[in-house]
Amino acid sequence: MKDYLLIFRADFSKMLNSSEEEKKAMTQKYMDWIGDIANKGNLANQGNRLAPTGRIVSTGNLVTDGPFTETKEFIGGYSMIKADSYEQAVAVTEGCPVFILNGKVEIREVMTI
Amino acid sequence: MSMDEYVLIFRHEDGQKVASPEQMQIWMKQTMDWIGGIAAQNKFVSGTGLPFDGAKVVGHNGVVTNGPFGDIKETIGGLITVRAESVDEAVEFAKGCPVLQGEGNTVEVRKVAKNDGTH
Amino acid sequence: MHNQDIIPHLFRTEFRKIVAVLCKAFGIENVNMAEDIASETFLSALETWPYKGIPENPQAWLYTVAKNKAKNLLARNSLFADKIQHGVKISVPENDEIEIDLSPQNITDSQLQMLFAVCHPLLSTEAQIALALRILCGFGIDEIANAFLSNKETINKRLFRAKEKLRTANIKLEFPPESEVSQRLQPVLTTLYLLFNEGYYSESKDTILRNDMCLEAMRLTRMLIDNKQTSIPQVNALLALMCFHSSRFKARKGANGEIILYQDQDETLWNTELIANGIFYLNRASVGNTISRYHLEAGIAYWHTMKEDTEEKWENILQLFNQLLMISYSPVAALNRTYALAKVRGNEIAIIEAEKLNLTNNRFYFTLLGELYTPIDKNKAKQNLLRALAICTTQPDRQTIQQKIDKL
Repeated sequence: MKDYLLIFRADFSKMLNSSEEEKKAMTQKYMDWIGDIANKGNLANQGNRLAPTGRIVSTGNLVTDGPFTETKEFIGGYSMIKADSYEQAVAVTEGCPVFILNGKVEIREVMTI
Repeated sequence: MSMDEYVLIFRHEDGQKVASPEQMQIWMKQTMDWIGGIAAQNKFVSGTGLPFDGAKVVGHNGVVTNGPFGDIKETIGGLITVRAESVDEAVEFAKGCPVLQGEGNTVEVRKVAKNDGTH
Repeated sequence: MHNQDIIPHLFRTEFRKIVAVLCKAFGIENVNMAEDIASETFLSALETWPYKGIPENPQAWLYTVAKNKAKNLLARNSLFADKIQHGVKISVPENDEIEIDLSPQNITDSQLQMLFAVCHPLLSTEAQIALALRILCGFGIDEIANAFLSNKETINKRLFRAKEKLRTANIKLEFPPESEVSQRLQPVLTTLYLLFNEGYYSESKDTILRNDMCLEAMRLTRMLIDNKQTSIPQVNALLALMCFHSSRFKARKGANGEIILYQDQDETLWNTELIANGIFYLNRASVGNTISRYHLEAGIAYWHTMKEDTEEKWENILQLFNQLLMISYSPVAALNRTYALAKVRGNEIAIIEAEKLNLTNNRFYFTLLGELYTPIDKNKAKQNLLRALAICTTQPDRQTIQQKIDKL
């Protein structure tokens, strides 16, 4: 089995303006989905959710505020899974709550640093 | 001093670029020295390298496309998690990232969210 | 071997075997009883051998006496139990025909199982090391106290609490199931690693004792390697590391007990046989796809066995330290990484990195900065060495720092 990183991309700006209940429901959906992966023995690392604010450092050490949540492919978080192949990794993404937000899951094979 | 975790995401302007093995080796060493310097301050948490080839993206209706090259052309080359006292300290770490030697590349600095339901 | 030396020698090698086998027979909760029987056995030897002469097979004699003492105790115990119902203090198996098997196989198995029991994750690391020294290595209480720079009372208390924990946690003498071996080996390896370091880095003046601790850590690690089930790459890497380090045992301390830094060591004092053994075990460790901290530290130690400064050597050491720090931070590794960085990329870059380390209560931090500044800025070099001197606690090391200041 290899490790694959799942990167959750979506326009999260809608989420930021949603009610506490909606946020809670979304978190619950995510926990159910990831819990299911863990149950099957396919979870390598739950990963992190990322706060919506941050900085971008560019060449020449230029620092800008951002990133911008209204970007359609804004990164909301990531998790690491174990799978035998890309095909199996794709199957694991089924039911990921990021799809509710019309988002995407980027699947990347991991190289150990 | 309270520490938060920050994720530094390496964004390459052009993920299709092919580097020579020698160039790759130099980058690898530079990256390891950069991370080693952060780890020597006991501020490294974890790291993941992401090779460019063979990535897939799954869309909301189950559509699978090859490569991470969607609306944004950039390709993520890897990410590391660090401990820092502030976003500014995390930005200082990011400034040393060898990825920034490539024109147009950026490092995105993001604070790891606590479990406060803001996802 | 002289006659007066034979009992202490046998004590060191046989005491632990008798204790392990008796614990295997009676359960580890009766470790005190096992130790008492083993001690009484040696007492009997001390009482009889000087008059009757040393038996032809001293080892067999000790085993027979230990076996008889155990059986007598069992008989007394059941008599006691018969007379005072429910008042039994030692709960040993009821069967009088209990087998005390002192075959080489059972001795080895019992010791290995004892190693797993003593290094049980429920016990504190401190307790694990003290128990290992006492039960697995047969060290005396005063020796353990000396090694920890502590006193007998503290060590006795520590051992008492550790044994209580073994009993209350109902820890059994058995091999972990195959699927758990790798996981259960982790605390075992940590304890062996610390046991070795305790001997290697101890500030105790007793060189023989320190050497013995290192040898014992290596003996126990080798036992794991000789057992097929536990000879995983990590264990081989740990033994390789121990071999490389101990190859410099003679060279790293001066006549007054002061530490002689690597670059100042006389390499003719390095033990080439141990270096060769280290390479052998490091090769055996290089299978599979897990790189543990022991692999990385053994790799670093391997490159250090080459005295000549080459770019390849320091580049490799630097990269190994980078990886080591990523999986396991320690101030020592951070300082050594910075030293390697200076060798590869120059002092200026290393000074910038060193000043970020924030180890201002560490005397080695200031000696390192002192050295890095020496070819660049004598004033700053002196300032740093003076700060090192101010927080240095041992006389021999103060002298070494003072010499560096005088040389400036």
